[in-house]
Amino acid sequence: MNKTFKYKLLILIGLLLAAFYYGLVNGSSKLTLSQLLLTENSHIFSLRLSRVIMSAISGMGLAVSGLALQAILRNPLAEPYLLGTSSGAGLGSVLAVVLGVSSIYLPLASFIGALLTIILVYNLARQSNKVGVQSLILSGVIASIAISGVIVFLISVSGNEALHGALWWLWGSMQIYDLWLLTVVSAVVILGIFAIYILAQDLNAISIGEEEAMHLGINTEKLKKTIFFITSLITAALVCACGIIGFVGLVIPHMMRFVVGPNHKVLIPTACLAAATFMIISDTLSRTLFSPIEVPIGVITAVIGAPLFIILLKRRTRVS
Amino acid sequence: MGGYGKEMVINDVTFQTGIGDFLGIIGPNGSGKSTLLKLMSKVLPIISGSVSLGKDDIVKLSLKEFCRKAAFVSQDTLINFSFSVEEIVMMGRIPHLKRLEQATGKDFKKVAEALEMTDTSGLRDKLIDELSSGERQRVIIAKALAQEPTLLFLDEPTSHLDIGHQIQVLDLLKKLNRQNQLTIVMVIHDLNLASEYCSRILLLDQGKIFKQGTPQEVLTYQNIESVYKTVVLVKNNPINSKPYVVLVSGEK
Repeated sequence: MNKTFKYKLLILIGLLLAAFYYGLVNGSSKLTLSQLLLTENSHIFSLRLSRVIMSAISGMGLAVSGLALQAILRNPLAEPYLLGTSSGAGLGSVLAVVLGVSSIYLPLASFIGALLTIILVYNLARQSNKVGVQSLILSGVIASIAISGVIVFLISVSGNEALHGALWWLWGSMQIYDLWLLTVVSAVVILGIFAIYILAQDLNAISIGEEEAMHLGINTEKLKKTIFFITSLITAALVCACGIIGFVGLVIPHMMRFVVGPNHKVLIPTACLAAATFMIISDTLSRTLFSPIEVPIGVITAVIGAPLFIILLKRRTRVS
Repeated sequence: MGGYGKEMVINDVTFQTGIGDFLGIIGPNGSGKSTLLKLMSKVLPIISGSVSLGKDDIVKLSLKEFCRKAAFVSQDTLINFSFSVEEIVMMGRIPHLKRLEQATGKDFKKVAEALEMTDTSGLRDKLIDELSSGERQRVIIAKALAQEPTLLFLDEPTSHLDIGHQIQVLDLLKKLNRQNQLTIVMVIHDLNLASEYCSRILLLDQGKIFKQGTPQEVLTYQNIESVYKTVVLVKNNPINSKPYVVLVSGEK
């Protein structure tokens, strides 16, 4: 680990801590840190703390899933929702609303929807026991389009109620009232990220080629299935808790590859730090920009993410 | 016997390679050269028959164990990610490293040796996508050498290279074969390069061995015309006294 990397790491940690502070202090009412800790403000404190934590967790989960998929699919446009998770989750929650299921079960419904879609996409792409990378991408895209059609149909025939129920997941929200859900989702995401980190060496190898990875002794079919499973779990968990948030899973990996290079052993931790910072800032902006109206976080990430992506596109070479 | 999906490309091949051999596999397109290589290197499953590395049946060896002994250089690897040359060659140590294990001094030493052997030490901090194809091919060979193999497979290592780079890469392989006793099995389409560099040649035709032996034994106009279905003239190369194949055009 060389000096410049340690320097970059320190800067990222510093930025994350600053973002934490920024997220806790700001909101519909601005409070200093000492004020927040007073018992009369405990309600606001716990609300903001859960938002900041959820933002960090979702950022990290989406970024690491994104970079893992980019490695195994060897496609720079891969992102966590590519394999159908987002539309599956959407279908799950819209169906639940249409069928009149109580809103407590919405996260569960979207989780089930996401998982069923992933199983469908996987089986569509599978040939005997192998999964081709092209087939996976195609199946994911087709499934997403088809399911989106079904969702639009359901919304159009069911009227207002379904529309309102569906909107929360379409653009994302970091507001979590259910602490149990927050804990479970955080655990899934953190465990998932660790599992992916353990496979960093394998990801490095497969990103230079599937046959190349086999020549280095890596069981590529097992690796693809494992990564596919873990990223799907992380993404499904995040979608059911926070809805769909675009750009994070696509832009942060590319940005970090630009800053620290494609070696997954350093890329994964730095992407986590950067994504967490990005999401906390985005979430804070979403609730302070037009306070008391909350702009859905997906809108903020898109507005910041799109120009960032264009800048990245223009500057293709890595800073070594 | 083996192939892709339901089609069996290789049907009946039996041969042996000794340590220190430089074996060239030649044959027309579709004869099964690359397939044979993949069957020998655990990339494709063997449907019937067996392949042994030393005393061990390769099916019984785990993929990682196999890769500690045998390395593979593919045709032209296009790498989409900006790894540095050193990072690429360090990946050659993967068969020797456990997942969470950090690279030690020994690994760095092997990487440095591999770079030295392929004359790419000066490129170590450059990014792989900035290199010329000749440089990139040498780096990929360095990665294979970092695996500390006793056996090196190469699939058409020179087909995308200009004549200068072709000689550079093949000379390197010949040097490694001679000095380090590295056994080499190489698929090559250029008959004259095979003649110049290989100690033994395998001529494949439609999934079977048509002829095997020294370049003099295999590269006769009868064998070549029979397999490639084209007229050739085989002369004696004045520089190395090996067969030299001249292609004869059908047009006047």
